[in-house]
Amino acid sequence: MEFFLVQLLNGISYGLLLFMLTSGLTLVFSLMGVLNFAHASFYMIGAYFAYQISAKIGFWAGLAFAPLAVGAIGMLIERWGLRQVHKHGHVAELLFTFGLAYLIEEVVHLVWGRNAVPYRVPAELDGPLFSIVGSQYPTYRGFMMLVAVAMLVSIWLVLTRTRVGLIITAALTHSQTVEALGHNVPRVFMMVFGGGLALAGLAGVIGGNAFITDPGMAAAVGPIIFVIVVVGGMGSLAGAFYASLLIGCLVTFAIGLDWSFADLWARIGITVTSATPLAALWQIKLSQAAPVLPYLLMVLMLIFRPKGLMGTREG
Amino acid sequence: MRKFAYTLGLGVSAALISFGASAQNVKIALIEPYSGPMANVGDQFLKEFQFAVEKINAKGGVLGGRKLEVVGFDNKMSPQESLNQFKRVVDQDIRYITQGGSSAVAGALLEAVNRHNERNPGKEILFLNHSAVDPAFTNEKCSFWHFRFDANVDMKMESLTTWMAKNKNIKKVYLINQDYSFGHAVKKAAREMLANKRPDVQFVGDELHPVARVTDFSPYVAKIKQSGADSVITGNWGNDMSLLIKAAKDAGLSVDWYTYYAGGLGTPTAMGDAAAGKVKSIAEYHVNVTPNKVAKHDAEFRKKYEKEKLDWYFMRAKLMFDMFAEAINKAKSADPKAVALALEGMKFEGDMGEVEMRKQDHQVIQPLFLMTLHKSAAKGGPKEGKIEAEGSGLANVTDARLEGYTSATPTSCNMKRP
Amino acid sequence: MRYEPLNVGRWVLWGATALVFIVAPFVFRGGFALTLMTQMGIMIIFALSYNMLLGQGGMLSFGHAVYSGLGAYIAVHALNLAGKGAFPLPVALLPLVGGLAGLFFGVIFGYVTTKKAGVTFAMITLGLLELVFACVLMFPGFFGGEGGITTNRTAAPAPFGVNFGAPLQVYFLVAVWCFASMAAMFALTQTPLGRMANAVRDNPERAEFVGYNTQYVRFIQLMLSAFFAGVSGALSCVNFEIVSAENVSAVRSGGVLLAAFIGGFPFFFGPIIGAIVFVFFAAALSGFTKAWLLYLGLFFVGMVLYAPGGIASLVLMQFPVLRIGRFRELAWPYTGAGAAALVAIAGLVGIVEMVYRLSDTSLSSQMTLFGIDFDAKNTLPWIGFAVTLAAGIGLLRMAWRAVSARWNAIQHDLLARQKAAA
Repeated sequence: MEFFLVQLLNGISYGLLLFMLTSGLTLVFSLMGVLNFAHASFYMIGAYFAYQISAKIGFWAGLAFAPLAVGAIGMLIERWGLRQVHKHGHVAELLFTFGLAYLIEEVVHLVWGRNAVPYRVPAELDGPLFSIVGSQYPTYRGFMMLVAVAMLVSIWLVLTRTRVGLIITAALTHSQTVEALGHNVPRVFMMVFGGGLALAGLAGVIGGNAFITDPGMAAAVGPIIFVIVVVGGMGSLAGAFYASLLIGCLVTFAIGLDWSFADLWARIGITVTSATPLAALWQIKLSQAAPVLPYLLMVLMLIFRPKGLMGTREG
Repeated sequence: MRKFAYTLGLGVSAALISFGASAQNVKIALIEPYSGPMANVGDQFLKEFQFAVEKINAKGGVLGGRKLEVVGFDNKMSPQESLNQFKRVVDQDIRYITQGGSSAVAGALLEAVNRHNERNPGKEILFLNHSAVDPAFTNEKCSFWHFRFDANVDMKMESLTTWMAKNKNIKKVYLINQDYSFGHAVKKAAREMLANKRPDVQFVGDELHPVARVTDFSPYVAKIKQSGADSVITGNWGNDMSLLIKAAKDAGLSVDWYTYYAGGLGTPTAMGDAAAGKVKSIAEYHVNVTPNKVAKHDAEFRKKYEKEKLDWYFMRAKLMFDMFAEAINKAKSADPKAVALALEGMKFEGDMGEVEMRKQDHQVIQPLFLMTLHKSAAKGGPKEGKIEAEGSGLANVTDARLEGYTSATPTSCNMKRP
Repeated sequence: MRYEPLNVGRWVLWGATALVFIVAPFVFRGGFALTLMTQMGIMIIFALSYNMLLGQGGMLSFGHAVYSGLGAYIAVHALNLAGKGAFPLPVALLPLVGGLAGLFFGVIFGYVTTKKAGVTFAMITLGLLELVFACVLMFPGFFGGEGGITTNRTAAPAPFGVNFGAPLQVYFLVAVWCFASMAAMFALTQTPLGRMANAVRDNPERAEFVGYNTQYVRFIQLMLSAFFAGVSGALSCVNFEIVSAENVSAVRSGGVLLAAFIGGFPFFFGPIIGAIVFVFFAAALSGFTKAWLLYLGLFFVGMVLYAPGGIASLVLMQFPVLRIGRFRELAWPYTGAGAAALVAIAGLVGIVEMVYRLSDTSLSSQMTLFGIDFDAKNTLPWIGFAVTLAAGIGLLRMAWRAVSARWNAIQHDLLARQKAAA
């Protein structure tokens, strides 16, 4: 029972971290139809900026300014790059962001080197928050969950309760009408793109010191955020939230289960030895395969329900 | 006119002499990644190897004055690209290659070397393996043209389990490894060898996870906690090691970690205080060993690369070049076949003790150290932890010196000799 | 009896291509050049097969390496079995084995992945790639783990005494298969399947109205594309004599995407150019500079921004102009723009190389570029290259204005002529 609770907490916190990462991506996709391949790269840049700022000033300054810096870069890229490519179609946009991911990684290598940088959790947030049957739950994880929830709530508030949010939501489906009403839609796009990337940067600030800040961090989380976007439904923020939690808990609980097909066959009387055909397949344990379960889920989702959990557009 | 001819003659002869001099250098190609994500590893190798060779050349080189020269070839950590680079090495008439950053690459190069030597007698190439620890290279895949200077997976585990067997506090062991051939080898060796020496030890967990795919190790840590293990054996390296240790600290998991690669190459920096007092590793050297005959060499290297804060790790590479130079001098020739014959069976007085290059399988048998990362002496840790690893606040401290014979596992090698 | 005029152009073009294949190894000599050309040949087949999906079918795939990689694994096992004498399979026919393996996996994976095109298809291929890559590492028994499976191409049966030990023989094997695959894939574009694939790419709804099931068309297109991918995988196995997890990696998939795009995916021969350029960047340029990945990335992004039709589109745009004989007017503006671009590139290369040199602290900052020695720590070279870059960009803008002016004038002329002819 205690083990279950611990794993539940782990699963939820991991899921919320994933949500922080994908919220920006979903937002940008739902508005602009651009699936930003380089989204994880901006997560990485956010972490590195936070490392630099926190080394000179402090973690809280990093928390405030790093996302803004990342957002600013995002806006520049939208203005001078993405807008140019927009007229060539969605494939070209996707490829542009694909090339961008390559470039960002090389630039990070040049500026900060290829090793991990010591970006650490600040002393105030280090240490256990509470103990649950002998297992500690770190304060920083609690902080991460708090930020993620705050992010969700504030995005929702902005989109539904502010004027800017209403313009953005309207431009989602009727961009030309909104433009006809006198709003500067290209500028709205630019701000949304920058905002989405700022969210990725914020995830980087929070995640970079909880985990590792190194040039490979973008490639490590890149594929899984696409899984979440697809499973949750392209273009749905709520879908991304549920999918993040689902995948976070799925992976976490799967790691805790050592079941394999061999066990299943054993129950009906067939023993699997190394001589059995496809023995290697039957002997794979669920815990072994757990981290690749999201990809399996994505493939299955795309086959049976391409719209995703709560999708509104298929792209 | 005469002045012109004189200058021309001088210039030409100078060119000829310098050309001749460089043609006299015994070149060793270091095939490692120098671009892409693993470039820092290749870079570290190149710097250390060139430094080691500089020292040998300063003492007079080989064969009465010829210099050793290490030349880098970028394989981008890809077995197939390594084969491309091997072709370039052959084109440039270099007769020695060294590599070790990846067993996959080593396997590909070993095949390529064997095939090349078969198809080109008289132009053989020798493969000096500095770090690729797949046991197969000195067992079923052994070759006369391959020499390994690092204790392989089985050997390290043999030494480690011999030490662990004497430690009665170890009762429940958890295994966690990366799900690929290296991780599988570590897991298999751990199970067999520890069960042999301490049948009473319980294996309370045996975990495999995909390589470099896991960001959040907290579920794994929760499992380890639940199993009640007191020790964990893992072959994890890089981020898989650092993230595991960090997650363990976050959850307040208190076990002893027995690792292969936690002692250096960025891992102490990434782990930070989380590792203090808990993380052990087994290797042929660390900077705080006593006595330390290479302390000066180590300090000079660190001073040279002070700005980049590089540490000196690969004592086995220094050993490799020292033995290599000795073999050339003994064979009185830089021809690979002669050198190989001189190198196999060689007993050498290494910097850490006596070393033997076993003739049967071309595996070097050298003393190993079991070490723990503690807070450095400056930060309140044990006084032996004088020099920090990578300025991380942690320092390696010896737990035990494991003599060569404790790691000498039997071999199934039956190599064809020319 | 019907009289069909001989398509001289086609014969000349294909004949010239065959001639280039035959003559190339004797023009570019040396072991490294030969291995480079062999890899280019393999990459051409791979890139063309990829373009069957992207350029002709409108399906952007991030996981095409799955088919070439799995084809390579089956081929390497077949080669090892043939080497042990299990069955008589000459190395020359190994690509067929690879192709059939690719076809098999194309059938299995293709059926479920081709339900939708567009971004959905792209994502599903990404997920599939991750799954296959993970499986390859998890089942070392069949896939040889991280080290992969090695083989010996000279151990297999050698009819006519050709045992493929020599690199030149391997080159010609690749050249023959490359030419045959090119011809086959070109022929496919002229078939009803090829045409319908184009239709499905352009307007799936309308294609359905014509009476074709779009999913079925995409499925068959993917099967055939996987076949040729398998062929390239088997040839890679013969060339390197090793197949490892790298063959099904994201790097491989990304590489063929880059190659097809740079060459120009809307055109048949685009990926051929792209494959050659890509292999050059990856294998040859990397020997000269550590910054090759950066250059490749910049080149790719530049292409996406300014020439999304790839190099092929740039070349083909000139043909109408050539036909009306007005290319001469563009000669000077193009030369000017080319020279300006070279200046800008020189400046960029200088700065990039200096940055890379300074970031590598084991080397001294003393370096040589374009025949000039200088110290990267001084400010003078920085100012020099920065000025060169700025000047180059400025000149490029001016030259481009001239080019645009002439180009627009010529386009007007073309339009006028078209209207007159109509």
